[in-house]
Amino acid sequence: MAVFVPRSLADALQTLADVPGAVPLAGGTDLMVEVNAGHRRPTDIVALDRLDELRAWSIGPDVVTIGAGCTYRELLESDLAAELPALAEASRTVGSPQIRQTGTIGGNLGTCSPAGDTLPVLAALDATVHIASSAGTRSVPVHEFMVGVKRTALAPGELITAVEIRRRDGWQGYSKVGVRNAMVISVAGACLATDRTARTVAIALGSVGITALRCIEAETWVAEQLDWSSPVPEATARGFGERVAAASRPIDDHRATAQYRRHAVGVLAGRLLQRAFAV
Amino acid sequence: MSPEGTPMNEAYSLLVNGQEVPIVDAWIGESLLYVLRERAGLTGTKGACEQGECGSCSVLIDGELVCSCLVNAAASVGREITTVEGIAEAGAPSDVQRAFVECGAVQCGFCTPGLIVATHALLERSPEPSELEVREALSGNICRCTGYGRILDAVAKVTVSRRSVES
Repeated sequence: MAVFVPRSLADALQTLADVPGAVPLAGGTDLMVEVNAGHRRPTDIVALDRLDELRAWSIGPDVVTIGAGCTYRELLESDLAAELPALAEASRTVGSPQIRQTGTIGGNLGTCSPAGDTLPVLAALDATVHIASSAGTRSVPVHEFMVGVKRTALAPGELITAVEIRRRDGWQGYSKVGVRNAMVISVAGACLATDRTARTVAIALGSVGITALRCIEAETWVAEQLDWSSPVPEATARGFGERVAAASRPIDDHRATAQYRRHAVGVLAGRLLQRAFAV
Repeated sequence: MSPEGTPMNEAYSLLVNGQEVPIVDAWIGESLLYVLRERAGLTGTKGACEQGECGSCSVLIDGELVCSCLVNAAASVGREITTVEGIAEAGAPSDVQRAFVECGAVQCGFCTPGLIVATHALLERSPEPSELEVREALSGNICRCTGYGRILDAVAKVTVSRRSVES
């Protein structure tokens, strides 16, 4: 029974290997809620908030690498915001200043809630998740990392160390529907990213499936409709929204009906597309 | 304080408002909120939702605003923790606390300590916040009585008074 506060990634990984069942603790905005409510009673905790290796981020010539311990606030206030505006927009919608101060991108991935705000962004941008354990490192496409509702490809003893995103020339944005502006979990969310070089459009949805969903059919269809230089006609935005809505797999729950969520992601998709090509 | 990288047990000490506070017989999963109130006797910090949604448990850790209910207490060893009790000396309210009283920004008072801490954190970082900035900065502190109008008035009042002190 202990709380471990390692000062290096190697120490953290060794502790996780040596203490079976030890629970990694990042920003605490998910784990501590479960502990406070008595839903989880960890016997050992490994706090990750003093690992400098996880706090680092870099913008390289081809890729952006973001340490798993980077907080929503850092994604929002650092130079990453200009490089990855959709990630900054998504981060700004997370909780409150207090939550954004401690909550991390690695924690969002590790929890893997269907409503996780950064997850549609990572899915739209085809992020790669870097993972480490005492045995070594591996990298997994985010689409394979997210396995189901609060289920990931992480094995016991493994930690998310960073996400890597290929830089692209294009527009990106994130939109979400919730009952108010602040402190709200996503009822439906969407991230759209264009790639002007490859002439592709990517869209990923949140809160309308077991994990963030890509809409490949809608992406292919819309890429054929666009002329890449003028605003998107209303009919194209509507057609895109319909195809995106059709790709969603929402459920009814206490926050919204499936029907509402399906409608909402279609509207969000159409608006994002029009914003992407607004003059 | 335990040496680097070594496990910490149920006895540890926290640096709260500039003083080392020994904590004994604690469970490892206890939140900072719980430890502050139940073990350190600092009941100014309020507990309500215990899921980071209401902001009544707001404290500063190393000068930054957090919800103490979402902070693991034992993992906070060595951090500088400031609660509402440490914002100003006893009997000498801060300018923010005075402005809340003068503007009628307090009704039942339950959210007030969190809002005081959040307002201090905001003005520390941004001495001349726009109204949007104030609203966003305080969006994690829920008040069910005032409707926020007088809270915004109080923040504006402090901003103006600090400006005149500086000039």
